[in-house]
Amino acid sequence: MGELKRLDLEYNQLTSDKMRLNVGPQHPSTHGVLRLEVVVDGEIVTEVIPHLGYLHRSFEKYCEQMTYVQVIPYIDRMDYISAMNNEWVYVMGMEKLMGLKVSDKVEYIRVILAELNRIANHQIAVATFGLDAGAFTPFLYYFRDREHIIWVFEKLSGARLLYNYFRVGGLAADIYDGFKEDCLNIVKRVRKTNEELMDLLILNGIFIKRTANVGILPPDVAISYACSGPVLRGSGIKYDLRKDEPYSIYDRFDFDIPVGDGEVGVPGDCWNRNIVRVREMEQSCRIIEQALEQMDMEGDVKELVPRRVKPPAGEVYMRAENPKGDLGLYIVSDGTDKPERIKARGTSFVNLSVIPEISKGYMFADLILILGSIDIVLGEVDR
Amino acid sequence: MESINFLYELLGKNALTITLVVILPLGFVLIYALVAILAELKTSAWIQERLGPMRTGPWGILQPVAEVIKLIQKEDITPAKADKLLYNAAPFIVFTGAYSAFAVIPFSEYFAPSRIDLGLFYIFAVGSISALGIVMGGWASNNKYSMMGAMRSVAQLISYEVPAAIAILSIVVLTSTMNLQEINKLQTGWFWNWFLFGGPGTLAKWWIVPFTIILCMIYFIAALAETNRLPFDIPEGESELVAGFHTEYSGIKFAMFFFAEYAYMFVVAAILTTVFLGGWNSPFGNLMQGPGWGVFWFIFKGFSVVMVQIWIRWTLPRFRVDQLMYLGWKILLPISFVCFLIISLYVMLK
Repeated sequence: MGELKRLDLEYNQLTSDKMRLNVGPQHPSTHGVLRLEVVVDGEIVTEVIPHLGYLHRSFEKYCEQMTYVQVIPYIDRMDYISAMNNEWVYVMGMEKLMGLKVSDKVEYIRVILAELNRIANHQIAVATFGLDAGAFTPFLYYFRDREHIIWVFEKLSGARLLYNYFRVGGLAADIYDGFKEDCLNIVKRVRKTNEELMDLLILNGIFIKRTANVGILPPDVAISYACSGPVLRGSGIKYDLRKDEPYSIYDRFDFDIPVGDGEVGVPGDCWNRNIVRVREMEQSCRIIEQALEQMDMEGDVKELVPRRVKPPAGEVYMRAENPKGDLGLYIVSDGTDKPERIKARGTSFVNLSVIPEISKGYMFADLILILGSIDIVLGEVDR
Repeated sequence: MESINFLYELLGKNALTITLVVILPLGFVLIYALVAILAELKTSAWIQERLGPMRTGPWGILQPVAEVIKLIQKEDITPAKADKLLYNAAPFIVFTGAYSAFAVIPFSEYFAPSRIDLGLFYIFAVGSISALGIVMGGWASNNKYSMMGAMRSVAQLISYEVPAAIAILSIVVLTSTMNLQEINKLQTGWFWNWFLFGGPGTLAKWWIVPFTIILCMIYFIAALAETNRLPFDIPEGESELVAGFHTEYSGIKFAMFFFAEYAYMFVVAAILTTVFLGGWNSPFGNLMQGPGWGVFWFIFKGFSVVMVQIWIRWTLPRFRVDQLMYLGWKILLPISFVCFLIISLYVMLK
């Protein structure tokens, strides 16, 4: 037996041990294979260290071995939730490099597909965010609706997740009869479910208590960490490449850029990052409706697709507003049919870097929500 | 009614009938748990526009049986660094805590396994045994997530036991008995004699009716927290703590935890039914009143409360641990105190 312990300790003399907790890569809420090394003091998070690389597939190095056309399926596998958007950045970059100007019909189809994919991505983001907060039902409501978007993509490309549908200079196949009706149907569904979800989840008292004023990302920090997409807009900064640097035909549509306005909580907290996604779905619906109205159904989508993609020597940096933020692709061509180098600026990677900064001092349960509100996909983080 | 147990009445009090009386609720719990699991699966499917299990038996009604068989035949893993004794004992202690409460639950006028005058007190006493089992399981697993889950669970149980106990105590002030069977007998008659609506009495009771309804709600919320169900399932909050205190458990031991959760759900539903909803009494006076109907009404009411728990689980998000404490200590507790005082005043004036 040791000595008798002194019982007249004062509270400030008591020190509590900090616990080092390993969250992931098998943890259910890390949205893939992210590993976070978390130091917790009781329930309070004092330190977060993300460890990456569990899904590293050497995307950039692989591309150097592939012809330009073969790169497209690899691009799909970066942000596999929004594969259409990824492909679009790549083919736009290649078209810029080769000086191709695709027809209006192709542009409209691309816009519609990209916006549909944006909706699908945001549905997953909001759904899994709700799941992190413990609400299981909204998750399945969104997956039910996402299924209809996927069916359209499946009819077009034959694949449900990794489409390989965009081509340099056009598309792999023309749209099918009834595409317009399907899209309008989806728009109707998305609006209906979002309305329902506002009551069920977004404005639910418990959900607001959990997410408002949690994980506040001030605008200046967001900018200094180069955040983009809903993470940046959630902090109240109106920055969207579709408006600020209109690419493709985005200047022809009338849509707004929703920002976190602090309707609940303060701008930059988890609730505001989440509501930006919900509101963006509505804006995407508006773009789709306008595009379907303006679109000309006649024309060949493959007329400009070259037999062999062999751009002149040179380099191009193309970026576009993906659902998760700016995706930038830097393509260097040496005049052969294989890229010299492709460098991707993964949105999720950049957005993830802000986690250690904003999650300190919150509770462990909040860390999971903060991670969910950033909406990362590990395919893009590790590439 | 002097004798309250039809088995003793029919067969006399001997070793056989005593065993039977002990085993009867166990049989009920087993069947009830299977039905409740199926109800949970099908209700969640219905809420979420899914079909739910459809392959095992017609409309998947054998799914709970299949799950139990699956859990029994699964490998029973004990982590290498676990405290073997505590680790293995924990699931049984948790289940014992839930099951021993069945000793005083009056299923009918003629059947309550045991007649204890301090019935309600007894239920609160044994209800805390489950917390002990959860701490043992969480600590012995030698897993940080389990440990955190166990710590949260204890904090939660202690904070929610207080408002729940005060809510029940207020009714005890009205009834001046803690015997569950006596409380039931007081509520005989139409449904306005239930303690949800102020209990038996003249129209003068109208001004305490809002308070008894509030007390019933407080007890229900606290009961949700005690059973670790959403929105209070933070001890096993899967998105944060993987599976909380039972992260390391597999096979039959996990099944015991699962089983205990469902059993405890019925225990709190039974207390709510007995204390607030008239227990085995018919809501319609003498219509469908009687010992046989009593069992029907009791199980019907109890199961309805369980269904509400299931419904809430699939609708609401989860609280955070500090918000849960706030709700328990700073909202539910003061309100229940006020209700307690008002009901005491009513009893004094009567």
